[in-house]
Amino acid sequence: MSKFKKKQANTKQGVPTSAMPDVVFMLLIFFMVTTVLREVELQVQIDYAVAENIEKIEQKRLVSYIYIGPERLGANRLGETRVQIDDALVDDINAIRNIMYDKLMEQPRLIVSLRVDRDSEFGVITDVQQELRQAGTLRINYSTRRQI
Amino acid sequence: MLNRKRKRESGDIDGSSLADIAFLLLIFFLVVTTIDVDTGIGLVLPPIPDDIEPPPVRERNLMNILVNERGMVLINEQPAAVAAVRERVKEFIDNNGVNPDLSESPDDAIVSIKTDRRTPYNIYIDMLDEVMGAYAELRHTASMDRFGVPFSSLEQGSERRAEIQEMYPKKISIAEPDQG
Repeated sequence: MSKFKKKQANTKQGVPTSAMPDVVFMLLIFFMVTTVLREVELQVQIDYAVAENIEKIEQKRLVSYIYIGPERLGANRLGETRVQIDDALVDDINAIRNIMYDKLMEQPRLIVSLRVDRDSEFGVITDVQQELRQAGTLRINYSTRRQI
Repeated sequence: MLNRKRKRESGDIDGSSLADIAFLLLIFFLVVTTIDVDTGIGLVLPPIPDDIEPPPVRERNLMNILVNERGMVLINEQPAAVAAVRERVKEFIDNNGVNPDLSESPDDAIVSIKTDRRTPYNIYIDMLDEVMGAYAELRHTASMDRFGVPFSSLEQGSERRAEIQEMYPKKISIAEPDQG
């Protein structure tokens, strides 16, 4: 018998897994809280512009979105620049004032978030802004990503 | 009497599949999550004028920024580089009547941005971003001078924040583009 017996750790090998459900639940709850289920089906392609001096919209329930970008035609083809409010494309740009006016009546502190494709021409945005002025929804926000 | 031979089962629920269920839910939420962009540049549009003449603005208090479709910039009819816009705007706003060509006070200064109809949106956003950046820097400096803390750390809706905002009110006008 050797005098110097090798000391062997008595602990069992293997990671205890009893806390795993807890960890998983924590992650689960995190994702459940942060999830925003997509409310609208986007029919226009939007590639956001980037900017540096941006602010966060704190009160999300005040926000109403207008999407402007090239229409998705399927098979990765893109069409003309169109305006989408909620689930539908707007055919007549002058209809925007009525739509937005109705929204303003429901929510007097409405903020309109313009989600515009970066390559859209500014003319369309001006037309939409004129409509917004007519409707009286003056608080707007240009959606942009943070510059990295 | 019939003797029940069956042994009573234990009342515990088997917990080993709990992790599986949790994982399944986790994966579902991972897949459907879209972390939404809800950041952007805020602006207030001017109301439609009711046939009232807008108050006259002295020319020195107005800075005209004109951007064409290729991203070339004119400031007060003089060509300028995009990178120089921020400094020019800061100089213009914070002039306080020193230079007779620039604004009388930050309160009077109006920055007007005008684009072509065909200007791409991202060029416009870049320009707006530069102007916003100029205001942000001025407010930051004012806040550091007065309170010794950055403007961004002043609480939303606090008196101090309102005071700085009052010092440098954002007066940005988005002019209607010409047809073209």
